[in-house]
Amino acid sequence: MTELAKKRPEFRNINALTDLPTYRLPAAGIVSILHRISGAIMFVLLPLIVWMFDTSVSSEISFAKFKSAFTVGIGFVPGIIVKLAALALIWAYLHHMIAGLRHLYMDMCHAVSKEFGKSSAVVTLVLSLGLTAALGAKLFGLY
Amino acid sequence: MSVNYGSKRVVVGAHYGFRDWLAQRVTAALMVLFTFVVLAQVLLTSGEIGYDKWAGIFSSQWMKALTFSIFIAFAYHVWVGVRDIWMDYVKPVGVRLVLQVFTMVWLVACLGWAIQVLWRL
Repeated sequence: MTELAKKRPEFRNINALTDLPTYRLPAAGIVSILHRISGAIMFVLLPLIVWMFDTSVSSEISFAKFKSAFTVGIGFVPGIIVKLAALALIWAYLHHMIAGLRHLYMDMCHAVSKEFGKSSAVVTLVLSLGLTAALGAKLFGLY
Repeated sequence: MSVNYGSKRVVVGAHYGFRDWLAQRVTAALMVLFTFVVLAQVLLTSGEIGYDKWAGIFSSQWMKALTFSIFIAFAYHVWVGVRDIWMDYVKPVGVRLVLQVFTMVWLVACLGWAIQVLWRL
């Protein structure tokens, strides 16, 4: 074994159960982990997204089925669950897109200061949650 | 295969870091633009959007071609992103391979379905 091939020591100081709940993540860190979580949500719900695309564009009949899925439900799934899944997708999409645009901006403008990292992270959270609330209110028929 | 740069550092891993890094950003930018293209057509429609207007957005040939390209960009983007998640959190090689194969099947299946919906429109 060469010197390089030796097993390097691993330091795992973070325990997911005892450390993470009390870990004070900065705003940029929250945006970062939510970027990953929102991406994972969209990946898992991908068949639902394609199903919504399919039923909404294929025919008048399937369009009616698409609409009623949000009110009376579809199969064994009640309408409220469909709405909540749609709400999760709305948030995931908005957060992922806005956080992604923040990344692109930072890449293009070399905006890598600590202050910009924090302020842009706060803007990302406010925008994504605000738009989710606005669209969610529409989804649940509040206006 | 590992390549040595200098005397101490062994570079291991996927070996296509820059390509995927760039592809992730290019596909993301394309999807944002596509979002605004669809959004503009929805917002510029007068009156309530029923089936005809909604399906009409995707029925023109240029929109089909564009949407098709975005589907491909989407699949590549998701592949890079989900693969990164597995590489970060799943260390046993066997489990990681299973999850990566599952990701490919999941993605290709959904992609095929979406393309079928699009081109029969």
